[in-house]
Amino acid sequence: MERKELTCIGCPMGCQITVELEHGEILSVKGNTCAIGDKYARNEVLHPERTVTSTVVVDGGDKPRVSVKTAGNIPKDRIFDCMKEIDAVRVQAPVRIGDVMIENVVDSGVNVVATRNISAVG
Amino acid sequence: MISYDIVIIGGGPAGLAAAVSAREAGVDKILILERDKELGGILNQCIHNGFGLHTFKEELTGPEYAWRFIEKVLEAKIEYRLDTMVMDISEDRVVTAMSKNDGMYQIKAGAVILAMGCRERPRGALNIPGYRPAGIFSAGTAQRLVNIEGYMPGREVVILGSGDIGLIMARRMTLEGAKVKVVAELLPYSGGLKRNIVQCLDDFGIPLKLSHTVVDIEGREHVSAVTIAAVDENRKPIPGTEERYTCDTLLLSCGLIPENELSKKAGVEMSRITSGPVVNESLETNVPGIFACGNVLHVHDLVDYVSEEAQRAGANAAKFVLAGGTEAPKGHVVELKAESGARYTVPSTIDIDRMDDLLTVRFRVGDVYKDSYVSVYFDDERVMHNKKRILAPGEMEQIILQKKKLAEIKDLKTITIKIEAE
Repeated sequence: MERKELTCIGCPMGCQITVELEHGEILSVKGNTCAIGDKYARNEVLHPERTVTSTVVVDGGDKPRVSVKTAGNIPKDRIFDCMKEIDAVRVQAPVRIGDVMIENVVDSGVNVVATRNISAVG
Repeated sequence: MISYDIVIIGGGPAGLAAAVSAREAGVDKILILERDKELGGILNQCIHNGFGLHTFKEELTGPEYAWRFIEKVLEAKIEYRLDTMVMDISEDRVVTAMSKNDGMYQIKAGAVILAMGCRERPRGALNIPGYRPAGIFSAGTAQRLVNIEGYMPGREVVILGSGDIGLIMARRMTLEGAKVKVVAELLPYSGGLKRNIVQCLDDFGIPLKLSHTVVDIEGREHVSAVTIAAVDENRKPIPGTEERYTCDTLLLSCGLIPENELSKKAGVEMSRITSGPVVNESLETNVPGIFACGNVLHVHDLVDYVSEEAQRAGANAAKFVLAGGTEAPKGHVVELKAESGARYTVPSTIDIDRMDDLLTVRFRVGDVYKDSYVSVYFDDERVMHNKKRILAPGEMEQIILQKKKLAEIKDLKTITIKIEAE
């Protein structure tokens, strides 16, 4: 049997939750004090996911970098691989919010998109 | 002298929302003065997501949230001037501004909305001993360098203070390849959101040391090491608990202070608790026609609440201007008080005759309270008693007052918010 300890992010209580697992199946969730905690713990243990935000270098723009995000969540253990792909990209101005910077980042089915507008200059 | 109906000082989330709502309320000549080279304020460097859940029912990044409001300002053709620093506001609402292109000039304002935001508490205000080398940044400065300019302040980082910006920067610098060695927090709890502690520190194995502070900074030219130590209940370092971390960067995330130099010059009365103006139910200061909203009024944790508050300030400033710049006659004024655990309220007074049907009163608590009650007293009578599983200084609280309930009590003098154990 495997035990995982986590802090609930549902509210400022920050309940310390213990999840017991066996062969990838959840046996018990303990320590939470409401239903939000139970749901959070189950998701977090079986499919932890995060949105990644960073910046991408822009050529010919009114700013040197454009902020970007993964348009949805990606698996938590792929965050650093995602950062590597983001760091390897260079784009040409202009850029509009929502423009796709990377398609299907780390084979997650999720695109990396721009989160601000950059005008072309010069 | 040029004149505008409403001059808004600051083009961040508060100024933008105030401008849009003043225009919607029917005011034509509105001017936003912004000292940066673009609108949007600090949101532009907050590239992480989590903004806008209340306002737009979706999670946006800072720049996206800002753009939603910038777009409205552009569509409404509201005038704004960038790279413009406001130098002075007089009691009769003459705004003195300065820019590279236009030099120094004055604007006569029908109403002024203060929306200057806040500033980070600097090292000088923290009494940290040690050398004063390069490599010490406020977390927000580091955020601007990394996210806007594209520079890394350093590679090995210690962070003092666990405010949200510090937590966000711990993750941001880790993602960019830095090693964040520790986050030290003077208080026995973090002022940051639980979500940020989990997703910015725990996710990357960054230790958070509560009840710890920096006791020494080494390095003559550049930071070379930082020593932290545990503190006792009086926040004094405990000898023998020192731990030394070699590093090239120290980030400070030790609180935000409303930026009110201009307000003070205009004769605006300030609250010693919030460091922001004292305002009435219309978010108007003691100087008629000068309104305040956003982080210059009191530091918020959610931008959604800033926008909502600023919309009210904009609508009230519009009402003032459209009434010819005169005050509506004073009605039945009630004082708001914060006691036993509650630290302050915004607003500080309510004119029952002038208030809207519903009024949101925001406040903060001074400590962590579990299973306690937020109680509201009309004079000596308790009229609200809401159980809260947790109250924390980092989370702004609110109550909603109904005009008709207040009007029922003839001689009501004081409304008091208290935190009670039962």
